[in-house]
Parts: sequence; structure tokens; C-alpha cells
Amino acid sequence: MADPITPVLTKRWLSPNSWRLATYEQLEGYTAIRKALKGTPEQLVQLVKDSGLRGRGGAGFPAGVKWSFMPPNEDKPHYLVINADEGEPGTCKDIPLMMADPHSLIEGCVIASYAMRSHHCFIYVRGEALHCIRRLNAAVREAYQAGYLGKNILDSGFDLDLTVHAGAGAYICGEETALLDSLEGRRGQPRLKPPFPAAAGLYAAPTTVNNVETIASAPYIVNAGSAWFREMGREKSPGPKIYSISGHVEKPGQYECPLGTTLRELLDMAGGMKDGIPLKFWTPGGSSTPMFTAEHLDVPLDFEGAAEAGSMLGTTAVQVFNETVSVPWAVMKWTQFYEHESCGKCTPCREGTYWLAQILERMVEGHGTPEDIDTLLDVCDNIFGRSFCALGDGAVSPITSGIKYFRDEFLALCEQNTAANEAKPELVGAQA
Amino acid sequence: MTIAPDKPATTETPVPEGHVKLTIDGEEVIAPKGELLIRTAERLGTVIPRFCDHPLLDPAGACRQCLVEVEMGGRPMPKPQASCTMTVADGMVVKTQLTSGVADKAQQGVMELLLINHPLDCPICDKGGECPLQNQAMAHGRPESRFVDTKRTFPKPLPISSQVLLDRERCVLCQRCTRFSAQIAGDPFIELLERGAHQQIGTAETADVLDLASRTSSGDPFQSYFSGNVIQICPVGALTSAAYRFRSRPFDLVSAPSVCEHCSSGCAERSDFRRGKVMRKLAGDDPEVNEEWICDKGRFAFRYPQAADRLRRPQVRNRETGVLEEASWTDALRTAAEGLLKARDGKGVGVLTGGRLTVEDAYAYSKFARIALRTNDIDFRARAHSAEELAFLSAAVVGTTPENGVTFGEIERARTVLCVAFEPEDEAPIVFLRLRKAARKNRTRVVHLGQWTTSSVRKTFGELLACVPGGEAAAIDGIASHAADLDEALSGEGAVVLVGERAAEVPGLFSALHRLSGRTGARLAWIPRRAGDRGALEAGAVPTLLPGGRSVTDDAARAEVEKAWGVSVPAEAGRDTTGILQAASGQELDGLLVGGVDPDDLPDPDLARRALDNAGFVVSLELRPSEVTERADVVLPIAPAVEKAGSYLNWEGRRRDFDVTLEGTGALPDCRVLDTLAVEMDADLFTQTPAAAYADFARLGTPESRNWGYIATATETPSTPENGKAVLATWRQLIDNGSLQDDEPHLKGTQRTPVARLSAKTAEGLGKTVKVSTERGAITLPVEVADLPDGVVWLPGNSDGSAVRATLGAGHGAVVSITGGEQ
Repeated sequence: MADPITPVLTKRWLSPNSWRLATYEQLEGYTAIRKALKGTPEQLVQLVKDSGLRGRGGAGFPAGVKWSFMPPNEDKPHYLVINADEGEPGTCKDIPLMMADPHSLIEGCVIASYAMRSHHCFIYVRGEALHCIRRLNAAVREAYQAGYLGKNILDSGFDLDLTVHAGAGAYICGEETALLDSLEGRRGQPRLKPPFPAAAGLYAAPTTVNNVETIASAPYIVNAGSAWFREMGREKSPGPKIYSISGHVEKPGQYECPLGTTLRELLDMAGGMKDGIPLKFWTPGGSSTPMFTAEHLDVPLDFEGAAEAGSMLGTTAVQVFNETVSVPWAVMKWTQFYEHESCGKCTPCREGTYWLAQILERMVEGHGTPEDIDTLLDVCDNIFGRSFCALGDGAVSPITSGIKYFRDEFLALCEQNTAANEAKPELVGAQA
Repeated sequence: MTIAPDKPATTETPVPEGHVKLTIDGEEVIAPKGELLIRTAERLGTVIPRFCDHPLLDPAGACRQCLVEVEMGGRPMPKPQASCTMTVADGMVVKTQLTSGVADKAQQGVMELLLINHPLDCPICDKGGECPLQNQAMAHGRPESRFVDTKRTFPKPLPISSQVLLDRERCVLCQRCTRFSAQIAGDPFIELLERGAHQQIGTAETADVLDLASRTSSGDPFQSYFSGNVIQICPVGALTSAAYRFRSRPFDLVSAPSVCEHCSSGCAERSDFRRGKVMRKLAGDDPEVNEEWICDKGRFAFRYPQAADRLRRPQVRNRETGVLEEASWTDALRTAAEGLLKARDGKGVGVLTGGRLTVEDAYAYSKFARIALRTNDIDFRARAHSAEELAFLSAAVVGTTPENGVTFGEIERARTVLCVAFEPEDEAPIVFLRLRKAARKNRTRVVHLGQWTTSSVRKTFGELLACVPGGEAAAIDGIASHAADLDEALSGEGAVVLVGERAAEVPGLFSALHRLSGRTGARLAWIPRRAGDRGALEAGAVPTLLPGGRSVTDDAARAEVEKAWGVSVPAEAGRDTTGILQAASGQELDGLLVGGVDPDDLPDPDLARRALDNAGFVVSLELRPSEVTERADVVLPIAPAVEKAGSYLNWEGRRRDFDVTLEGTGALPDCRVLDTLAVEMDADLFTQTPAAAYADFARLGTPESRNWGYIATATETPSTPENGKAVLATWRQLIDNGSLQDDEPHLKGTQRTPVARLSAKTAEGLGKTVKVSTERGAITLPVEVADLPDGVVWLPGNSDGSAVRATLGAGHGAVVSITGGEQ
């Protein structure tokens, strides 16, 4: 069992008025930018590269490498965009972070903007998170008043404006290029890549899009160094991570642990399975990551560990389901979510999710056939890797993994149907 | 003994500069850098199925139908790639559906998904039989559907305009139409709405459809001059034409290539007809001219030849009753010949031809005037005109061809384009599309010398140089001192100046342009509005020029013509349109030969009517009854463009020849009628058929000399109008009350609402409407405030309630009275 760590990202969450600037400043807040602004952007990028910090939005791309894609010149304005459109089912880490400790994100924004020579940073927050948006706006106001944002920050000569922007309720806007389109006021649909955002992102200018948790990690790295950061987690996935545990556990919530923590350990922290009912299946990183079962209790939950076991780390949104839950039913609910959230741009995702949802709804109602299972898998195969962005890939994960581990449950639904059909005469109303 | 070669005999094909070598389905192919895989494969003969891809639109990658397997640097890419968005790279290995099971399954899978929500109504769909979805489903789809659930349904069809109907169930959401609107036409009238399976094409009007197709809460109807193109590029039957819907099946139709008769662009078209009627027109593919687009007028205005009042038999006026009576060709021609001979031998006959003629017909009129009527009194300019214009046309326009003049391609490549007295979207829509493309793709700087920020200015990302109507010449002269950057740009490489037909109404403008071009080296092109103008000029249907731009007064040039024709030609310059009309109204001419002229197009419609009344003998060659036929002694019916062969010269001087589309209607082209009429008058034109006419014209060749001195006309500075007066700016809108647009209700539904435009200051105190008047009459229209100079009012030239020439007898640059209209 990995050593539990002293909380890093969540260390201020339980302090009274943790979201206030005064609290933040008392608890080492805004110390990192003083250091950072004395260094050069190149040094910061190198520091983050050395720390091995990987993107916390799901894909796990090395943050320092991403930052280094920004062009060194400033022919066009550079933009840093924070993806706070947290919408993955089960994921609940960025919004709590912004609620409890918004200044750590703002400090991270200043550091990252300085490292990427950006003078305007946007935080694109999920529109439904109204309370969070208000708190973030208040924090930004405080930071402006205290001189942590605006012109000539802390007499460093560095200027940064920060804009909080509310999304309008579309899951797809968590995809970075759709987010940029939405931020520009267009329809939120993914853009054709290349050009990649680092070349032509927001307003066709060099842009980096980072997750909240990634950027909020930056101040700690600046303060304590890359070696300290690497002490936590595993070789290729270092650092602390907020696991959001939901579902049938005694104490659902956010648990900060080093990357590589297993579900067994997480369950211990969360007080075990609710009412002692055994675990049936769970997702390691939200509904887009293929599900796991009880046999995966000891899979280390970092980018490599989850992938080796056939899933993905995703957003470390651990959804736990006990034996009372029907897998086909859960898969149907997830699929309905993807059908609702498909942006409609590409055929496989738009039409495929529409079809999959109907088949699953029919099966759950008891009108499925064993052929439907084959059709489901084949349609999934026709969506996976064929869609324009990763939404389509995510949409089929619950279905393929659900059938992989619990095919018998799907078959059982069909058997009811077959039995019901056999009872009916072939020609209704025909005389013998 | 055979000696084995040291090396294998195969030699490496060298890869030219700017190219890459890749492998597609095992075959090595060299492709230019930046080419999309789907096109490279196509050049190789492998058609990859596609919906969203269109060569003239930016890639979208939305439909995912064109997936192929790609290997880069020896590593296969994990997912199949959309070949319509991926460009070629050196060493790339591509496997299409022909060699890759993965690609084939991916394509079949996407096709199946496209069909799950597609209604199987092919038997009643307009697109059935020529549908990319149908065809590709046959080639790349499963024979049976596994989809047994509920299809998504929508109310249908939705009229997104009076001419385009939307069926959202058939739509595959390829976004061709939305991309066309946004990128090519710049009219973002349709957009994607909603998301997921509910995503749909719509407009502000359709977005809030309540329960029935046409019940919406509000919104402006969509107005685009190019909307018909979305019907043509729709790969399914989602966008259909209101005029064509349910009219015929593709296999019923006979298709013939044709050329548009509506403007001077000379677009390639395809006319689909059956049983003696054109059912629809489609854009032809001509990369040099119209690419694959045409305007809505070209697409939808083709029913005028079927008008009920179409003249089909000659008519002769009964001397006793004064009524036109049908007559045989023999009688009519004899009467016409006798009358014309008498008039010729009296005070002479003038010839007015209008701007709708083919080169062949114009040549026949030109030759008829010189040989049969022995006069140079001929002018094609049935519109405002000036001696200065004629001098300009003689010096700078006649004889230019795509080889030595400005072309569509040159506009696209130009760095700077200055449009003068020219509203491209209304007057030459295909030129507008090129300007927009140039500005969008090549960042061409487009400057408009006009009165207000029109949609042409906005959509070409243009700059407006605003001036008072009539002040254009002074503005051109002032460029050097007042707009140094523009002057520099015009002096640089790739500068083009486009001038429109209303320049003839601005004294000194042509002279100023001539000076500008001479000083800066900017290339000058004249873009008339009508299809026949450029050809008529070349054919010598003007009082000072013989065919080929030979000056009437130049003995050597005239001798060339006389030698070819075997007759002598009058040596004095003739009268222009206004001169002819004045002479006829003053009884200085005894006869008029008129081919397709509407008095209301002329600078002074009243003068034209007087001339027709007072000319002793009038012969009219016409398609339909008009004010001219009402006053004619003999009316000879002629063929509309669709029933004859011939050619137009477009504004570039490019010959656009076409064949007969509807055969056997018995209608005769003007050149044939004139030829026979000339025979009756004992003259031989050798224009029995368009082919013969063109051969006779071509035999003249290019003139030995075409020395035209340029006569400069002084620039006039317009006076500031006093209170209650304004200077009139006007031009005709593309879709208006032109007679070739008669009987096209669907087209008419998309015309721009007629309004009078004034500056905020000028509009002060006028109220909601303004009455614009001269001593001849008044026009009252709703006021729309725009960025015009003060003291200027703009009216549409020939729209509902605003027939400027007919009502006011005034044109661009005239001073008119303005008062508040009735509220």
C-alpha cells in the first residue's frame, strides 16, 4: 500500500473561508509567483518538464512539453485557456477545487501564462456550476485588487488579464478545440486539426489549453521543486491527484492521493462499500473509460497502470457500483448521456449514439435479442476510432467493456424476451 | 549469352520540386505538396466515397465516409484517417477500401449509420437517380439494414426561402450548404442548429418552427443571390428547388451544355429539358470562368420563353385598321423589306439592337445596317451611354481577349482590385464570387468607389471610397493626392480596375480611369451588365466601329471590311442611340429597325416613345410583345437563347459558344431573319445560320490597325444639391423586374426588399418613407439609413415600386427632389 501523502492540492480545503485571498495568503498563497516571476519563461517550462507533471484532464499529455509548443516569439498574442468545463460523468474534482481554493488556480494561471508569454488567460467554466463561477469571479476580483493580476504584477513588469467565461451546457466543449470555438462565440464543435491550438488556437493565435488541476499544481512545483513532485506517485505518472469517488461507498468525495493508488486503498479511505454490499463494477476515470470489476481492485491507478489493465486513467473519477446495479441499465444510462451530448458534427458519433441508445433502451425494456448484442459491438466498432473527436471513442467504452465483463446479463435480458415471444402464436388471430 | 544487369532495371522516378512520393493501394504516385489524399487517389482512378468533401470548399472531415488506412514512416496510424482532410506526405502508404479491410469496413459502417435516419423515400425524391448517397450506398453499403428501431423525424419540407426547400430527414449533415454560404457566397443564411441526432440545418426562421413547416415566430427570409448552388451541391435530397420539386426525374431529362444569357460573366450551365421545355438549369464546371457556381438568376430565370404572349408568327400592321395582324413570313418579310427600302432611300433607317444579342446576331445587325441599310446609325447601347464611353470602348476594350486582358483568374490573383461604378454582386455576381475568393484566400485588397457600404463591399472584405454620384471622376483623379496608399497599391504589381456600365453616366470618369491606368499601370477591365454588350461591340454594332473594332473613319480599316464584304461601307460615323432616337423623333430618319429594346431602359424613355411614334416605318424583331411592337409596322418573331445556337463574348472577351438546346421549335435566330430580310432587299449577309454568321465574322480576322486616339473628356465636379434636393445613385439589382425574370415567383421571392437609402442627416425629418421625384414622376419607398454621403439618395433601378428610368426619366448622378413620403 502506497504511503498516504500530506495533502497538496486539497490542503486548504478544510480551512475556514478557504476561498478568500486572506486565507490563501496565510497558507503560503501567492508565494510561488514571486519566485516564478523572477525566473525566465524557459526556466519555468523546464521546471515543469522536469517535474513530469502530466495533464489532469484525461489524456495525460506532459504539461511541460505542451507549454514548450508555444512559439518563442510574440508575433501574435498568446493565450492560456483553462479547461474548467468539468462534465465527464462521475468527475468532480475541478469544481470542488475552484470552490475551495480558487486562488491556487489563479496563481497557477499567472505562472503558466508567464511561462508561455501569454497576457490573457481565460477560464472556461462549466455553465451549470453557477456557485463556482461566482466564487471564481470573486477570487479574480480579489487578485486584481491585490495586484496579483492586471498590469505589472508584483512589479515584475508582467501583465496578465484573466477572464472567467461560463459555458452553456455542452459536454463537447470540454474537448479543447470545441471549447475554443465556444469561447469565440461559435457553435461548440471540435475543429479540424492541424492546425493545433499551439499554432492557431483561440482567435487563430497560439493557445494552450490546460486542465484546472494541472495548472493548480504549478505553484507547488515552483515552490517545492520538481524533485519533490517526483517523490509522489510513480516514475511515469508523478505527483498528487484528486480522485473523486462516487457511488456505493460509505463516504463519497474527493481524496487526494499519489498517482498509482489502487481502488482497494481508495475504498479504505472512503469507508468501504456502502452497507457492505459487494463491489460489482467501477470506472477508473469517468464513464468514458472502460469499466473495471472486482478483479481490478489492485490495479495501480495511474496513466500506465490503468492502460495496461485495459482502461484509461481519465479524470480519476471513480464511480463505484455494487451488486444491486444492472450493468445493461447503467450502460444504457451512460449511452443516453452520450447520445444527448454528441455534438452532431460527425456521422459515427451522431448516428451511432442514437442507434446504440435505442438498442440498449429496447434491451433494458426486455425486447432485445442476442443479435442485438452483436449489433451493439459492431456499431461500437464502427464508431471507435472513426469519429471526429474522442467523444465517440468514449461513448462506446461502457458498452464494449460492459459486454466484455457482463455479457451474461445482456443475454439474460434477451432470454426474457425470447421466452415471451415463444409464448405467442406465430400468426396472431389465425384459426387452427 | 545474356548478361545479367548489375542493378535492377527499374529506375527511381524523380520527384519534382514541391512534390512528394507516396503509395496508394500499392501503387507509387507523385503528388503536389498539400494535395488531399482523396484527390490523389482520384487521380489514380480510385474513387473514395465522400459527402462533405467538395473541392471548392474548405475541408470539414465531418461525414467520415472517406476513411482510409494510412501508414507514416513505416508506422500504421492507429485509427483510419479521413482522406478528405489529410494531405499527402513523402513516404506515406495509403490503403483505400480496395486493399484495406479496415477501410472498407469503416466506410460500410459509416454508410450504414448515415442510412439509419435517412427516409427511404428515394422513389419520390427529386435527387433519386442522381443522388450521391444513393449511388454510394449501392457501391459501399450493406444490402440490408440492421436498424429496426425508430427513425428520427422532422416536419417537412421547410421553406428556407421561396426557392429552397429543406427536408431535414434526408439531410446527412455534411455541411456543404452551410460552408458554401459562409465561405463562397458570404451569406450565412443557413446554419447548423441543435446537436447530436437533433442537429439540423436551419435558419433564424426554421429554428423556432412551432408545429408546422411554415409557422415560425419571426425572422427575415433568407436572401442570397447564390442559394441555388446549395441545392446542386447537396449530396442528398435535403435541399430541393421549389420550382423544380416533383417536376421530373433525372432519367426523364435530356441534358445540354449551355451558356447563361443573363449577364456578362458567361457562365457555363447545363440545361435539363424534356418535351420542349427546360425544367432546370445547373451550374456547369468551368474553372476559368464560373468554377462550379452560378447565381440564382442564371439558375432559376428560364421560363420567359414559355410566356403565354410569346410571339410565334410574324405580324404586319393593317394600314386601314391600324391593328397588328398575323402574317406569313413571306408577306411580313416583303412588307418589312419594302418599308425599309423606302425609308433607306428617304432619310434613312437607324438600328437599335439592345444588349442581349449573341455575337452572331449582333454581327448580322451590324452587317445589315451597313449593307442593306447603308448606314452607320447603329448602337447596341440600350441604356445610358456617352460618346466618352464609346471612345473608351474603342480604345481600351474592343479586341481584348483572355490572352491580353483581365480575366477571372487575374482577379483572383490580383493584389489590389478597385471597383468603380460597379456593384459586383448585383451586376456580375460571378465576378463578385471571384473577388470574394481573392479577398478570402489570397487577401486581395478590394476597394470600391461607390456610395455606401453595400453587401458587395462587406462580403469582399472591401474598403469603401465614398463619393457623390457623378463625383467618381474627381475621386479617381484625387487618389494620388488623397489616398497615397491606394495609389501605391495600384502602381504595384497585380492591380486591376473594374469599371461598370453606369460609368457612362459620369462625365469624365472614363477619361480619369484612362489617366489612372496610364499613370499607375493598373489593368483596366470593363464589366457591362448584359450578356450581349461585349459581343455587340466586337461585331461593330456601334456607330463608329465596324466588326473587329475597325474605325468607320479609318480608310484602311474600312477597306478591309469592304474587301471582305464586297460592298462599300459608309465612311462617316453614325449616330448613337440617343442620336438615332432624336433624329427619328425629329423626323430626320424615316425608319427604325429595333431588336429587343425596352424604351424604359433608355436614358430618356419618352424620347424613345416619340421616336417610335414619329419614325415612318418601324420593324421590330422581338420575343414578346413590347412597347416597340405596339408601335411597329412589322413584327418578326425571333428565337430565345435556348432555341438557337450562337455565342456570347463575356466581359473578358472570352467566346462562350453554345448549341441549340430545344430543337425544332421553328423559332429563327435574328441572324437568320435578317439574312432573309436582306435578301428581300437585294443584299447578301451570309448569316443564314449562326455558324455561317460566325464564319463570316471570323473571316474578317483581326484588323491590320486599330489606331484609336483617346479623346479626353473633362471631369465635372457635381454641385452640392440645395435643400430638398439630392443626387440620385442607382443601379439595377440582380433579382428585379427585368423581363427575363418574368413568371419566376420563386426567384422573385428572394429579391431584396426595395428601399431608398439615405444618410442619417439626409433622412432627417423625412419619416419612414421618402418620395423621390422629378418633373416626370415620383417614387416612394421606405427609408433605410446607410453610410451614404449627405445629399445622396439611392434607389434600386428596376424593382417593385422603383422603376427609376420609367418613372423619373433620370439616372445615376441626376438631381432629384426628396420629400417625406406618405406615412
